[in-house]
Amino acid sequence: MRSYLFRRLAQTFPVAFGVVTVVFLLIHLLPGDPVEIMLGESAVPAQKEELRRELRLDRPILVQYAEYLSGISRGDFGVSFRSREPVLREIAGRFPATLLLAGTSLAVSIIVALPLGVLAAMRRGKAADLLSGFAAILSLSVPNFLLGPLLLLVFSVQLGLLPVSGYGTARHLVLPAVTLGLGMAALLTRMVRATVLEELRKEYVVAATARGRSRRAAVALHALRNALVPVVTVLGLSFGAVLSGSVITETIFSWPGIGRLLMQAIDARDYPLVQGCVLVIALCTVAVNLATDLLCARLDPRMRYD
Amino acid sequence: MTEIPGALALLRRTARRPGAAAGMALLAVFFLVAALAPEIAPYDPLAQSLDEGLAGPDRAHWLGQDRFGRDVLSRLVYGARLSLAVGVGTVAVSLLAGILLGALAGFFGGTADRIFTRACDVLLAFPGILLAIGIAAVRGPSFGNVLFALSVLGWVGYARVVRAQVLKVKAMEFVEAARAVGSPATRLLATHILPNTLSPIVVEATFGVARAIVAEAGLSFLGLGVSPPAASWGSMIGEGRHFLFVAPHLVAAPGAAVFLTVVAFQFVGDGLRDALDVREDTR
Repeated sequence: MRSYLFRRLAQTFPVAFGVVTVVFLLIHLLPGDPVEIMLGESAVPAQKEELRRELRLDRPILVQYAEYLSGISRGDFGVSFRSREPVLREIAGRFPATLLLAGTSLAVSIIVALPLGVLAAMRRGKAADLLSGFAAILSLSVPNFLLGPLLLLVFSVQLGLLPVSGYGTARHLVLPAVTLGLGMAALLTRMVRATVLEELRKEYVVAATARGRSRRAAVALHALRNALVPVVTVLGLSFGAVLSGSVITETIFSWPGIGRLLMQAIDARDYPLVQGCVLVIALCTVAVNLATDLLCARLDPRMRYD
Repeated sequence: MTEIPGALALLRRTARRPGAAAGMALLAVFFLVAALAPEIAPYDPLAQSLDEGLAGPDRAHWLGQDRFGRDVLSRLVYGARLSLAVGVGTVAVSLLAGILLGALAGFFGGTADRIFTRACDVLLAFPGILLAIGIAAVRGPSFGNVLFALSVLGWVGYARVVRAQVLKVKAMEFVEAARAVGSPATRLLATHILPNTLSPIVVEATFGVARAIVAEAGLSFLGLGVSPPAASWGSMIGEGRHFLFVAPHLVAAPGAAVFLTVVAFQFVGDGLRDALDVREDTR
């Protein structure tokens, strides 16, 4: 396991390095002078010069890059152009809300997908299977910027059951978490169905049922456990999508997380903060992918020798 | 390896599945509506009538009016042009880059392949539309910038599929035979290998258009898509959500259009996958 860990770490560092490089280049994609865009046309030359110095844009690009890398390695993501706070402190203040939302959405998707996927596999070709397949296609085709307003309309406006927006109580969490979790639940349902079906065909399940175990017990005790690796992989890979999807979901429900912070930074043309948010979400994705691989290798030792 | 049949034969084979046939019919309608927008739209999509702002559907305006009193149906019809153009355009640009880079990496291997694989790994570390949000945010809202932002990541999926296919096909006997009789590398790649790698690409591209339409709608929803007052389905949903409680029709119409288009592309993609007998193999 240790050599697998080192091998995966060795693969992850160049990716993280590449991610930092791409994010550094973002500000250089600005059409025209970034300083002029941030300050607007009415800014006087002295103000522009000061901001240029502050953002270190007055130096050669390679020097800027070296300084950016060295700053990131020390946890210095720059200073927010609007609030004058360190970018990392601003992000850290919002991150718990995003983690709470992402974690709850993952929980929602597991709670929906596991029973539905197993049921569909056990009743293959019957009404439950067809219905779950149809539900999966339906929720995969409804993007979260559509599902969010739809849920708001039904549960907040028509039924008055849940708050429209805000943060702080469990009731505030329901709609954003369902919005973010349902699409993933659809993907996961399909995956659970496929893997359980595959496991059900294997000889050890046949042997278990031949020994007198019920089909339900064979699924619960054997097939589900072996179906765990692909499920964990999909969950891990989906975490990045959840973080990215949180930008839209947090905007719809005014959820005070990193996604909303990113949109506020974009509106304020606070590019150091935009860079910081994009970088943190991408690096979190890289870290979760690594953790997923390690967890899978722990669950299925064969993966360590691939 | 599967051969690509002629376009007409492929369409006929795909249309044998009822879902795919329905999807193709629906897409034909959407593309027709987009092409004939100036003839079909009952009003100028930009014409404002402020005193009729947020009016609900009636006989004169079948899908109601937005906050500026603009006709929602006309904006929906013109929005089809932008949304479908971004979807098809993004896939076209991504395909071009993806086929070129994937083929070169798969065919030549070595350092080129290693650089290619690392670049893909880095870009795939940006989940969903995050990188597109970053790019669109710094470049500003416009059709070209959306196309650029979505294509920066869009090519990776196609390139990986092409690379995997090229690796598989280049080891086949007919390629060895062509190499043995002295075919130069460019001819080997262009006439022998690439045509035999296209089946999974056709399927992937069909799903890709749906993904690009959703991504554009997501960017426009956030205000990072096409620049106002032009309408895309996403920007209509984005504007409409602010009036969700008083005028839900503003979200319902473009929302249904996005949903139906995505479902249609998915059904057609599934049909094509069956017709071409493509199995997923991107390793």
